[in-house]
Amino acid sequence: MKGHGLRVYAIAYLLFLYAPILLLPLFAFNSGTIIAFPLKGFTTDWFSQMVADATLRRAFTNSMIIAVSSAVLATSLGIFAARASTRYNFPFKGGIMGLIMVPLVLPEIIVAMSLLVVLLAIGVELSIFTVILGHTLLCMPYAIAILSTAFNSLDQSLEEAAYDLGETKWSAFRLVILPLVMPGIISALLMSFTISLDEFIIAFFLAGNEPTLPTYIFSQLRFPKSVPVIMALGTVLVAVSILLLTCAEYFRRRGVARTGRTDSGGFV
Amino acid sequence: MSATRFDAEARQGLTMVSPPLLYAVLMLAAPLLTILAYSFFRDGYLEIVREFTLENYRMVLADPVFHKVMLRSVVVAVLVTLATVLLAFPVAYFLSFMVRPERKAMWIFLITIPFWTSYLIRVFLWKVLLAENGVVNSVLMQLHIISDPIGNMLFNVQAMVITLAHAYAPFAILPIYVALEKIDRSLLEAGRDLGESRLMTFWRVTLPLAMPGVVAATLIVFIPTIGDYVTPELIGGGKVPLIANMVQANMLAIDNKPMGSALAVTAMLIVAVISLVFVFLNRNFLKVRT
Repeated sequence: MKGHGLRVYAIAYLLFLYAPILLLPLFAFNSGTIIAFPLKGFTTDWFSQMVADATLRRAFTNSMIIAVSSAVLATSLGIFAARASTRYNFPFKGGIMGLIMVPLVLPEIIVAMSLLVVLLAIGVELSIFTVILGHTLLCMPYAIAILSTAFNSLDQSLEEAAYDLGETKWSAFRLVILPLVMPGIISALLMSFTISLDEFIIAFFLAGNEPTLPTYIFSQLRFPKSVPVIMALGTVLVAVSILLLTCAEYFRRRGVARTGRTDSGGFV
Repeated sequence: MSATRFDAEARQGLTMVSPPLLYAVLMLAAPLLTILAYSFFRDGYLEIVREFTLENYRMVLADPVFHKVMLRSVVVAVLVTLATVLLAFPVAYFLSFMVRPERKAMWIFLITIPFWTSYLIRVFLWKVLLAENGVVNSVLMQLHIISDPIGNMLFNVQAMVITLAHAYAPFAILPIYVALEKIDRSLLEAGRDLGESRLMTFWRVTLPLAMPGVVAATLIVFIPTIGDYVTPELIGGGKVPLIANMVQANMLAIDNKPMGSALAVTAMLIVAVISLVFVFLNRNFLKVRT
């Protein structure tokens, strides 16, 4: 049957997508120093070397600070944009939302270079703070995409009922709307965190001398000797990312279920 | 509805959207305008001379290196887009027409996961796969398909195309899937009832209705691909730079910011023109059908 052939193709396609990721743990636990087959033997040395590396620990701390700050900032700003675009009509709405969402398609190098030029021109010293500025800009559209779905599925009569029962605008938001969109907010936070943790270009150009996990990886790739450790680090990063994304997906679905809509699947 | 009520709503909406808007203006619009302004300035020895000149653009347009790099970037991006969209379409079709509704979210989740996980490591893994002592060579030699390692798999355009096509694959599926989901299934039945074969129904009904998704997928892959910085750096080994690397080199290493800005603006204009021409060519498919 025709459907069967397509199913085989789709599964083969998924395997192609996952192939490089599946290789990561193989080489992370392989005792050989060259990344090739046949595998030599089992070892956890690369993971202990990873934990012992001081620069890596610093990169980890930096990445955590950046990812948490960017996620919180992007989601907070995203709540305003998502609420405005789903609840109100205002002049230039298309243009305004377009500008806010444009980092989704703009090549990151353009964002990074233009921000860098401005920061250098006004004399801001590059640090993890400047990376947070860039990552917030980058994560905001993704947060808005998730939050808009959450706000869109709100039944407006619930809000009006709260007003009729004497709640103010703010208390109605806090007591009625916020709990209903909370799964969307958590999902947006997790998604932004993952994107920031993984982002390289902006971190590479705006961090000055401060390492982040991706820029540390980039700096180590030149030395064949440190590649196995990078494999170990990559395994950990990918595992953490998948865990976070699974949580984000769980909360997104719970939000959909809470408002009683049918699930259309993520970003669609 | 009275005018005052609309004004109140407009004011509330604008107030609500102002924090993210302000952020986007300060962090995105202002820097982009700065680049645009810089591209008309002259590069002094240690500072930028703020006098209007078109010299940067004249130099960019006359520069054979720019022509070569820009052409290579367009070729790579077109090949990547073609591969990605063609390979993605059957998957999107499968998702929309063959997968049971309650399973769809799961499939989409599985497809998007690789897109969110460590872009840098995935690019690097391709380097490991294709290296002279890498996985592909070692597997082929073990299977006695080749006796000597293939030496020229890295540092060329083909390797970059494979890597980028793999990196952007999930992005192409989603817009096509959305367009397919919107197709009224009764139209397909009508096609069959009117005596069209399965294939002709696909060709004359499904495909034209899916074209808005295909156009969106094309742009969403083409635009970021053409500005990719990491893949030329790692997979191309810096030997086959794309336009992003040229912009970056001018901005930092060569430290000619007006020139770097003019390069960036020219490249963005070229990308915009290509995208608009592509949308124009597909204009018949993009008309709203209800």
